[in-house]
Amino acid sequence: MINQEQVVEHVHKDDIGTRMGVWLFLFSELLLFGGLFLIYSVYRFTHQAEFHVAAKELNVIIGTLNTVILLTSSLTMALSITAIQRKNRNLSVFLQCITILLGIIFLVNKYFEWMTKIHHGIYPGSEALLSKGSGQILFFGLYFTMTGLHGLHVIIGTVLIAVMTRFTFNGVITSEKYVKLEAAGLYWHLVDIIWIFLFPLFYLIT
Amino acid sequence: MDKHQTAIEQKHNYGIYILVWLALLILTALTVTVSGINFGAITVATALVIASVKSYLVLTVFMHLRSEMRAFRLFVVVALCFIIICFVLLFADYSFLGA
Repeated sequence: MINQEQVVEHVHKDDIGTRMGVWLFLFSELLLFGGLFLIYSVYRFTHQAEFHVAAKELNVIIGTLNTVILLTSSLTMALSITAIQRKNRNLSVFLQCITILLGIIFLVNKYFEWMTKIHHGIYPGSEALLSKGSGQILFFGLYFTMTGLHGLHVIIGTVLIAVMTRFTFNGVITSEKYVKLEAAGLYWHLVDIIWIFLFPLFYLIT
Repeated sequence: MDKHQTAIEQKHNYGIYILVWLALLILTALTVTVSGINFGAITVATALVIASVKSYLVLTVFMHLRSEMRAFRLFVVVALCFIIICFVLLFADYSFLGA
């Protein structure tokens, strides 16, 4: 006869399974951006000179700054996980807030970059753009699409991390169970990796 | 299972992350510098190589692939291989088609 008091509530916790699931999702994201990179690579191959001319319109300084911002935000995200592992809740929350702040600064920079372009009449479908060569039209179409999709991912990632910050603050994420934070971290690092490739391919064409 | 997991994850401390971050910043500076100097196809290849090195660092250290189960690293390698195959096949096609 089983003693009823000995029934233990089993909480399902499978951190490895969770991380595996996140990685599978990241692979789908890889295909999403991979497809766009494929398009980019073909049109760059067939319109090399015009891509070079079009790329000159982009601001390398802001691009480099944004790269540094995202790399640093990846650092603070990784540090925040170590912090919560070591039971340092406040440090973890602080580092996650820095990550969010850096994400927002990235988006603000992007906004100014886009607004400058649009202000000069360069946006998909504009007269100024359509009067340029087909290679330039392709370049800017890809520029707005890919940085736009990437920017959307930055917004999603920032919101996700904000949710994790709240979880860390009120104890849903602890030094024993922090796989949610790792999941958000993996997503954020992927967003960083995508930008690591976007930056040289759009801003540094010689 | 949980103790085993904790043992794996404790390997990371703050120091290694900061070191990798510094390496990433240096590689970024390198990319920008190199792009201003070289000409031709070498520059694209160099930029992509440096970007790959940066991605490798982010993948192995920040995303914990180094301390993760070997199966995860296999997954990532397979996924990357498929993407690379897409590019190779595409360019094999395009190079022969001409303009």
